[in-house]
Formats: sequence, C-alpha cells, structure tokens
Amino acid sequence: MNKLLRRAYPVCLLLCLTAVFYACEGHSPEKTVIRFWALGAEGDNIRQLMPEFERRNPGITVKVQSLPWTAAHEKLLTSYAGNSMPDLFQLGNTWIPEFQVLGAIEDLRPWINTSRVVSELSFFPGVWATNRADSAIVGIPWYVDTRVLFYRKDLCADAGYVQPPATWDEWKDLARKLKQAAVREGRRAFAILLPTNEWAPPTILALQRGASFLKEQNTRGAFSDSLFRDAFEFYCSFFAEKLAPIGVTQVSNVYQGFAEGFFAMYITGPWNVGEFRRRLPPEMRDRWMTAPLPAPGPGGTGVSLAGGSSLAMARATSDKDAVWKLIEYLSDTPQQREFYRITGNLPARKEVWEDTLLTSDPYLHAFRIQLGALASPPAIPQWEQIAMKVQDYAEVGSVGKTPVPEILARLDRDVDVILEKRRWLIFGE
Amino acid sequence: MLFLAPALTAIGLFFFVPVLAALLLSFTDFDIYALGNFSVARFVGLRNYLQIAGDPLFWKALKNTLYFLLAGGPLSIAVSLGAALLLNAKMVRWKPVFRFVYFAPVVTTLVAVAVVWRFVYHPRFGLLNYALGLVGINPIDWLGDPNWAMPAMIILAVWKNFGYNMIIFIAGLQNIPESLYEAANIDGAGSWECFRRITLPLLAPTTMFITIITMIGYFQFFAEPYVMTQGGPLNSTLSIVMLMYQQGFRWWSMGYAAAIAFVLFLFILLASVVQTRLQRRRAG
Repeated sequence: MNKLLRRAYPVCLLLCLTAVFYACEGHSPEKTVIRFWALGAEGDNIRQLMPEFERRNPGITVKVQSLPWTAAHEKLLTSYAGNSMPDLFQLGNTWIPEFQVLGAIEDLRPWINTSRVVSELSFFPGVWATNRADSAIVGIPWYVDTRVLFYRKDLCADAGYVQPPATWDEWKDLARKLKQAAVREGRRAFAILLPTNEWAPPTILALQRGASFLKEQNTRGAFSDSLFRDAFEFYCSFFAEKLAPIGVTQVSNVYQGFAEGFFAMYITGPWNVGEFRRRLPPEMRDRWMTAPLPAPGPGGTGVSLAGGSSLAMARATSDKDAVWKLIEYLSDTPQQREFYRITGNLPARKEVWEDTLLTSDPYLHAFRIQLGALASPPAIPQWEQIAMKVQDYAEVGSVGKTPVPEILARLDRDVDVILEKRRWLIFGE
Repeated sequence: MLFLAPALTAIGLFFFVPVLAALLLSFTDFDIYALGNFSVARFVGLRNYLQIAGDPLFWKALKNTLYFLLAGGPLSIAVSLGAALLLNAKMVRWKPVFRFVYFAPVVTTLVAVAVVWRFVYHPRFGLLNYALGLVGINPIDWLGDPNWAMPAMIILAVWKNFGYNMIIFIAGLQNIPESLYEAANIDGAGSWECFRRITLPLLAPTTMFITIITMIGYFQFFAEPYVMTQGGPLNSTLSIVMLMYQQGFRWWSMGYAAAIAFVLFLFILLASVVQTRLQRRRAG
C-alpha cells in the first residue's frame, strides 16, 4: 500500500462517519421533536395515537419511549439529575410532590387558562386534586386508577354471597366460607390474593378506617394510632387465618390462579379488566365480576385510592407550546376514548364516561361507583419511600411472627428517620 | 513522567476525583431536597456512618451478603475446581464442547438467565420442584420463602459463575508439569495422594487469585436479587449493594448511599488483606 493512501485512510473514515452522523440528524432544523416517556402498557400502546397528532401538527415529531414501571421512578429522577429529562412524561400521581419539590415540572396554569379542551371541571375532582401543588397545577390527569374488588361470582355464590360483601364483617365471613369450601373439597386454595409486594391493599384499608398515616404537618409517623392499627390487624388476619397466600411467588400467574380458583378475590385496578377478559379461559367469562370495596362499617362504599397517572411537562423543555399541544391532544375526548379502547385505562375526562363504550361494560360499573369514593395518602415527596416501608412491614405482618404493635412502632421509627430532613425544613430543629 | 501524564490525568479525572467526591458526599445529607436546591444540603459529619451502624436493614443486608459470600464462595470455587479437574482428565473427550457448555452461563445475560430460572424455581410448576418431587421431597417455594430465597440465589450464582473460575483453574492445571505425576506414580502414589500433594500445592497461586476475585465479586452481590426478588421476601435477599442502590437511586439519599459504599469498600479491603496474609503465611 502506498504511503499517501495509508495516510488518507483515516481521513476518509472520518468523513464517512461524519456523513453518517449528518444523515441521522438529517431532518429539517425547524421541526420540533417532543420526547415523551410513558410507562408500561401505556408506553407500548400510545404510539398508535401519534401518527394522527403528527398529521395535524406537521412541524412536530413525537418520540415515544416506553419505561417499565419498576424502573420508572429511578429513571425519571436520574434523568433530572443528569439534565436529560424528556419533554413530556407520564407521572404516577403519588410522585407529583417529589418532582414539584425538585422544580422539575412546569406550572401549567398559563396554558390551562386559555385552553378550550382542558379545564378543571372536565376531570374527576379527587384526581384533579392530586395534581395541585400549593396553587399551581403541575399535571393534567391522563387516566384514573383506583382499586376495586375482583371476585369469582360462582365461588362466592356457592359460599352464600350472591351479592358481593359490603362490610368488613361480611368480607371476612365470605373469606372464611370460601376457605372452608376449599378445605372440604380437598383443594389447596385461598379466599383472597393480597400480594405483599404492593403497598396499596394495606394503605387502602387504613384510608377506609380514616387513618392519617402522619402527624405534625406530616413530619412524623402516626402508624401506631388506633385507626391504622385496626386496619393493619384486619389485613394481617387474612394471612393468620390462612385466607390469603403468604409470599408473592405462590401465584406467579394471577390469571391462571384466578381461573383455577386458587383464590377467589383480588383487590386490583382497571388494567386487569382487560387482562382478565383476554387471559381467562372462555368458560370463565360469566363467572367473575367487579365490586366497589367493602366499608369498615355498614352504609356506603369503602374508599379506595385516588390513583392514576398525569401528564407532566419538564420545566427544562424548550418548545413548551408544542408540548402543550400534545397534552391537549391526549386529554381531548376522542383520544381519551381511544386510549381507553387500546389500553383499558379509565379516562380521566368525565365526558368520556357517558360514551356507550364505557356504559355498556358491566365490569366498569363498580369503578364508576368507586370513583365517587376516593381518598389520598399524604401528598409529600417522601410518600413513595414511606409506602415502601408500609409494604415491607405489611410483609412482616403477613408472616405473623412479630406482634402488630411492635411492627407499627418499628414502622413509626423508620418513618421518623425518613422525615428528619422535612422536620428540619419546616421547624428548623 | 511526561509520558505518563495522559494516563494519570485520565485516571485522576475519571477515578480519583469521583471517589473523592463520593467520600465528601458521604459526609453530607444530600437528598431529594438537595437535588432541587443545593443550599439545603448539610454537612453532617459522621452521622450517615452512625446511622448505618444503627440501621437494622444494613445489618440484615450485611448478614445476607456474608451468608451469600461464605456459602456461595467456597461452593463456587469447589465446583469450578471439580469441573476443571474433570475437563483436564486425559480420558475426557469433546473437551472444547464441555468447556463451551460450562462457560456459556458466564457470558449469558443475567436478565435472560433469571427469567428462565424463575420458571425453574416456580413452586407449583417448576422443574426443580418436579425433580425433588420424584425423590419424594415436598415442593419448596424457592423465591417466596425467606429461608429458601438465599439458597436459590446461591445455586443460581454458582451455576452462572463457576465457568469463569473453571477456565482459570484449567490454565493453572495445565501449567503443572506432567513429569511430577509420573514420578509420583513410580513412587506408588494414588490419585488422591497426587491431588493432595501435587495438584493442590501447585495450584495455590491460582487458588489465591480466584479466592480473592470471587470474594470481591460476591461481596458486590446485586444483579441476582435485583432481577429476581427485588431484595424480598422479607428482605431475605437484600444485599449491601442492593440497599445502596435503593437508598441512592430510588430515594435519592445520596449521602447515605455513598456512606454505605465506603463501608462496603472497607469490608472488601479488610477481607482481601486478611486473605492475602493467611495464604502468604501458609506458603511461607
């Protein structure tokens, strides 16, 4: 090889690489790119709605990235720390206070005030409230999510409950009867599935009992209070009486477990309406139903979590008007309806609930009732961390080797440590 | 010095500066509030370290990590040595095939492996419980029972990692001169005597290297529980690195996480020094 060629070779390579890079970045400079992070099934499915948005807004391209729920919280925080937040992202509404404290999310009031599509009255009040931080509105509800009771109609009817249980006493009575029936038939089965890797079930029971979780401006744990203890003891009793399986791996496939009658009740959310339909065998179709949660005492529905996800705009975003256009598009009635159709997530927009697509679905009836009885745990940045502690200690409670007062005292102690900084910021101690 | 400068700059910039920064971080209460507004980060001296000493979760994690290390480490080395001896034996055919088969888990992505092993460990339909059932052992809830989750992790880790040490052992074995065995045979030594008097002593440097590398690796036990159990059930598979990850990246208690990192570093340093001393004394 001659010398000149050898010397020219790296230069050529460099030129080629540069050309490749330019080709990749080759779109016209005035086109706005919105990076949108969505979680789980929403992330996989929301792409379907994007071509229509891009057709209506030729100057905007949307890049959807799907994150798994288990890693999303870490990813979002890390992206904030690394200055690489997406422009628009889905935010579980218990995470909102955290991102608000960081100053990572934009106050949307300037856009809401002039919007014809988004206004407070279009959404469920309990859910809209979780997006409020002081007076700012930092997220637009995308879908609502609450938990109701999924139950096997046939098994419960055999146990004497044609109507679902309405109070805690009935609930426990039904559970015992289901267990007795299984024991009689020689089946290894349980009455209810309360997965110990979820903080929602014990939290919901405590909300129903009216527990406050925290005290002194949310700077100290109040888990040893009698209200929380009542709820926690009720939760643990399902495990102590062998009405619920202990540990999370006994049921690795919820749908199979439910179809086999391994458990007959399950507190879960709207996403499972679609999953149960798809995954349960056809002969199961008329053997299950949803019901609003039982209440601690007679009269009324037990409250459930005001959950769901919101759409939040990163404060660091450059083209905020373009991002708002996408938020508006996703919040409008046709898209909310379509979003429900492809993901089964319940629309946050009230108007959509009048649509026959939703009214004709018998499984959604319980959710309509439950959406009228919602409650939220304390809205502080540390809630998620506290919720994990609740989950950890609920797991300890489910094993039943430690007395409940001791568990709750340890929970209070751990939570007080988590809230030390908050106490310092509020009281300066 | 001039020629070393680029390398030193790179090491300084990308190794010593971050380590130093982390050390400083471990004396602060850098958290989610400080991430938003740096001025509320406080210098707290040794509080993080004291808090670690009083954190039951840390002791639990340390206990779990030591359990994993002390049970899994020797087991892994023994399995590696056994496999290496088998593969080095003269009568074994298809050696490259076996080497490949035993080494394959090492280069397979852990996440993919974990998915398969979740099926293997399934309490009702898993292969392992099926096999145990054949010999009359009742099904075990491998990943759901706090007593069995760690043994399950150890089995997985040993299976996943023994191939790497096996390759190093094979290299060590091949360095032992054949003439020594021939001489021993003439003197009437059996195979056990040969193993004890020739193979083991001559493998000592290799064994020491493998012991230290394995120990350091096993101290940093993280990926298996992260993928399979998230530290559960009942924190029975929560390792020190897992705890550090949760504190640092889930809750953003960076100061506390950094302190955990340095405590772990001290443990590894201490264990390495003790190990080296012990083996040197035995050699001398």
